[in-house]
Amino acid sequence: MPISISDLQEGVTATVRELRGGLGFQKQLRTMGIREGKTIRIVTRHPFGGPVVVDVDGKMTTLGRGIAGRILVEPQQ
Amino acid sequence: MKKIVLMGNPNVGKSVVFTRLTGAHVIISNYPGTTVDYSQGTTCLDKEHVYIIDAPGTYSLEPSNRAEEVASTILNDADLVINVVDATNLERNLSLTLELLGRGKPLVIALNMWDEARHTGIEIDAAHLQELLHVPVIPTVAVTGEGIHNLAAQCIKTIPLPSAVILGEEERWARIGQITREVQKVTHRHHTLSDHISDATIRPVTGIPIACAVILFSFWFVVLFGEIWINHVTDPIFELYRPLVTALSGWIGTGFLSSVLIGVPVGGQINFEQSMGMLTTGLYIPFGVVLPFIIAFYIMAALLEDSGYLPRLATLTDTVFHRLGMHGYGIVPVFLGLGCNVPGALATRVLETRKQRFIAATLLAIAVPCMAKTSMIFGVLGQFGIQYVLIVFAALFIVYAVVGIILNRIIKGKCPEIFLEIPPYRWPQFSMVAKKTWMRLVAFVVEAVPFLFLGILFVNILYATGFLAWLGTLLSPLIEGWLGLPGTASAALLIGFLRKDLAIGMLLPLGMTPQQLVVAVTTLTMYFPCVGTFAVLFRELGPADLAKAIGVMIVTAFLVGGVMRFILMGL
Repeated sequence: MPISISDLQEGVTATVRELRGGLGFQKQLRTMGIREGKTIRIVTRHPFGGPVVVDVDGKMTTLGRGIAGRILVEPQQ
Repeated sequence: MKKIVLMGNPNVGKSVVFTRLTGAHVIISNYPGTTVDYSQGTTCLDKEHVYIIDAPGTYSLEPSNRAEEVASTILNDADLVINVVDATNLERNLSLTLELLGRGKPLVIALNMWDEARHTGIEIDAAHLQELLHVPVIPTVAVTGEGIHNLAAQCIKTIPLPSAVILGEEERWARIGQITREVQKVTHRHHTLSDHISDATIRPVTGIPIACAVILFSFWFVVLFGEIWINHVTDPIFELYRPLVTALSGWIGTGFLSSVLIGVPVGGQINFEQSMGMLTTGLYIPFGVVLPFIIAFYIMAALLEDSGYLPRLATLTDTVFHRLGMHGYGIVPVFLGLGCNVPGALATRVLETRKQRFIAATLLAIAVPCMAKTSMIFGVLGQFGIQYVLIVFAALFIVYAVVGIILNRIIKGKCPEIFLEIPPYRWPQFSMVAKKTWMRLVAFVVEAVPFLFLGILFVNILYATGFLAWLGTLLSPLIEGWLGLPGTASAALLIGFLRKDLAIGMLLPLGMTPQQLVVAVTTLTMYFPCVGTFAVLFRELGPADLAKAIGVMIVTAFLVGGVMRFILMGL
């Protein structure tokens, strides 16, 4: 069952399964490396509804909490 | 003339390639969105004159912000496109490349940051990439100039038109996956020291204390460097200059010309801060007072920009900026605005929506003191004690937050969230820092000095015609009754529109108490942008939004000034 990356703890690695939202938004995520099948690492999650920082292919990206909530992943063991 | 356009994702080094090709100097930093407007230049490639345009970075040809719109428009008139691709990030960058190929324009790929890719264990077969894409692929290291010669040579050859195949999104990613698998080999590497620093500076628990330390250090550096420079470089130079200008003063005697050029003597001799002559105050304020701090600020700014620290700071401050209707990248206009509000106002383009840009620009003009304002604050209040300076900065900080929260509530529009690529840390290069500081200094001198001269001329004319006295009476209910200042202070407020730093010389001779000066300086800082910023805001916001922004500024300035008067001085 995929969960959103805004629910993941710091340091967790997961596989991207699904992107939710408008087509333009999905496209933007993909051009920044966040695509179905990619491995994503949660670098940090800021408190008080702050941003989530993820690492894909060795590159970090900062995502607002709402954006993070629309990226569904499956945690890796 | 042939038009060549540089296109690529943000922060891949387009501006460095541009500088290398044209020899023109443009600002280069290590964060996405440095080029919000385009730069253009001409150069000669093998006897042929060409016109080169450095477009702002874009992820896609379907624009999602103002800078991307600019990029997309520029592309339409291009005769040749140089697609700058970050070799350390091939897969993501190829998305734009394939979109560009779909436009059917002749294309050359500069596979930039070739050296960094190799160091991080990425190997790309450039020849094979060229075969797969059917366009020339040139590996480059723009910062050192490696490969630029090849790139230039390629641009003058006739490049076959790529077959304009427009792929759907899914097909495009499938194709990109296939290409990357074929041409790229990635060797796994361990977490390096730089990665650990990178993580530590972006996590809140470690990152926030580090950010506080960095900000305090930067502030300390700017103040210390500025003071040392003033005491040991500029003041001695102006003391050498004093006999010269005194002799000139004796020679031209008294009269209007003397009061414009030399000004009014204070205590029997020329006072560089207060005399208000073009050759005295007009030279001393920009070169003797503001410039030393500007130099220090821009050195510090260049170090922070080129290292790649800014996007991390943006991440750390995002939670706060989000409450003000912006997102963490709103730190960029604030940061640049602390040097000069003009580049700060331009940098509001890093924000996506009109609402966000309006809030960022309005708050910038009200509550972000540029170096000229900061010099004024220190110049007027420093002698009475640091506590008065701190009151002004605290007031500005509170105003930034409170007005931001209010504007966020009342202005309609969308507030997209932060979505920001974090570049790797890089060592700032001495030559780049020096060049950037120099370019910004030149821009400051060219912009500030004419307005200072104009301001002084203006003050003298207004004074001579009795306009200032009349204005003082007219505004006296507001200035005297509400702000508790002498009516003569209105002249300083009026001139603040041309140059805020001129107000140092106009406020000091009025013999006000430190509390009155705090009120005057705070109001003066907030009530109206200087004429340079005004012009940029006019262009960026349009007349209607600018009028609203100015309404907010004036109301805020006099409201806050009045409140501070009652807090500091009672009724």
